[in-house]
Amino acid sequence: MPHESTPVPLHTRRTHFDPADDLRRLAADGPVTRVSLAPGAGGEPLWLVTGHEEVRRVLGDHTRFSTRRRFGSREPAGGDGERPDEGVGLLMDYDPPEHTRLRKMLTPEFTVRRMRRLQPRIENIVAERLDAMERAGHPADLAELFASAIPGPVLCELIGVPRDDRDDFLRRCHAHLATGRGRQERTAAGSAFTRYLAALVARQRKNPDDGFLGMLVRDHGGDFTDKELRGICILLMLAGLDNISGMLGLGALALLENPDQLALVRDDPAALDRAVEELLRYLSVPHAPTPRTAVEDITLGGRLIRAGDTVVCSIPLANRDPHLTAEPDRLDLTREPVPHVAFGHGIHHCIGAALARMELRIAYTALLRRFPGLRLAVPAQDVAFRVRSTAYGVERLPVTW
Amino acid sequence: MEVHVDRGRCAGSGLCMSYVPAVFDQSEDDGKVLLKAARPEPGTAAAVRGAAARCPAGAITLSGGDAHGR
Ligand code: SF4
Repeated sequence: MPHESTPVPLHTRRTHFDPADDLRRLAADGPVTRVSLAPGAGGEPLWLVTGHEEVRRVLGDHTRFSTRRRFGSREPAGGDGERPDEGVGLLMDYDPPEHTRLRKMLTPEFTVRRMRRLQPRIENIVAERLDAMERAGHPADLAELFASAIPGPVLCELIGVPRDDRDDFLRRCHAHLATGRGRQERTAAGSAFTRYLAALVARQRKNPDDGFLGMLVRDHGGDFTDKELRGICILLMLAGLDNISGMLGLGALALLENPDQLALVRDDPAALDRAVEELLRYLSVPHAPTPRTAVEDITLGGRLIRAGDTVVCSIPLANRDPHLTAEPDRLDLTREPVPHVAFGHGIHHCIGAALARMELRIAYTALLRRFPGLRLAVPAQDVAFRVRSTAYGVERLPVTW
Repeated sequence: MEVHVDRGRCAGSGLCMSYVPAVFDQSEDDGKVLLKAARPEPGTAAAVRGAAARCPAGAITLSGGDAHGR
């Protein structure tokens, strides 16, 4: 766990909506640089990829850039050491053919049409949160009452956690995922969370419903182990909580800071889809996908990457690359959608992208409808940002209406 | 313009279908792309080029006239 006083790793540094200056200076040196992400704090030098084209090349080439973690210290990249229990089902750490097997069974559960079935339920969740915000009165903290309050219940809806269990489930989940706690406490909480997941999986095996877990056991019951099904649920929580809360909070702030642009899109669903794409690009809340390990020597961006080297791709810099789009540092909600890499690229492209897009669209739309006069309750420069997290976001966002 | 999709590469994002529903569909069975129109109407060429460029798996390729656009 990084101590509060340790510097924030270089690739996660931001200034308001932008990559921090020291990070930009790196990108200016070239699309691929050798750097330590935690200078002076024992961070080993690795390759940071900042060019859009180069990032797509790395993420699109799973045979030469492995995501499989080295579970043993002497194991080579993409090795076959035994995966520890807590890593089972975490698809981003799998290479083909293991990855192909799981992903193939999961993909049909995440189609655009399947996700649309969740739309009314997500609309309800969002409406409930807005009711709560209205009741709390202004000024209200949009980070707490909106951005952080929506993703958890939506994931429960997706996975099929019964309503009455949700608060407990989410509390245990947060404890399980929290990195700021003592190891012992985390293990205890973690086991409470995995015990609940085990019971949920067992129930679905017996009486599958039409939720995501029910469909998986119905269609492929025998092809998944219980451990894998639990792991996949954990994966969804890992991917769906901080990334979405980050997008909801930062996105709301970006909209409030750009009222003229907001006016152009707020009542037009097609324009709003485009605006969501631009917010995904411009805000790039995930700092980096799973680090890759080069499987062989590769030349990229004019640099020689050696077999075994670690490669980290910067999402915010790739999405602000001038080769990707003109004036990349300007938020333009009407921008023609560009091939941004906010959901990654290649075989590990976010499996929940369709859900995320829908959730963001529903939430932004409902927020703006409910509070047409929404505005910041503090000066923009006083907004507190969430820095020590895998996804950028706001820590507190006081608003009034 | 002629559209080709490589279902082996497709990551199942459904992006192409959302973008140009007249040309792409997403299979209910495996979540992967289905081609509805291999020779789309000229009017959709720009949108098809956009979908091909944005495909997160590089699974859409175009050939023939107006494959590259302006
Ligand atoms: S955009 Fe590409 S990856 Fe997504 S469904 Fe279409 S072909 Fe497949």
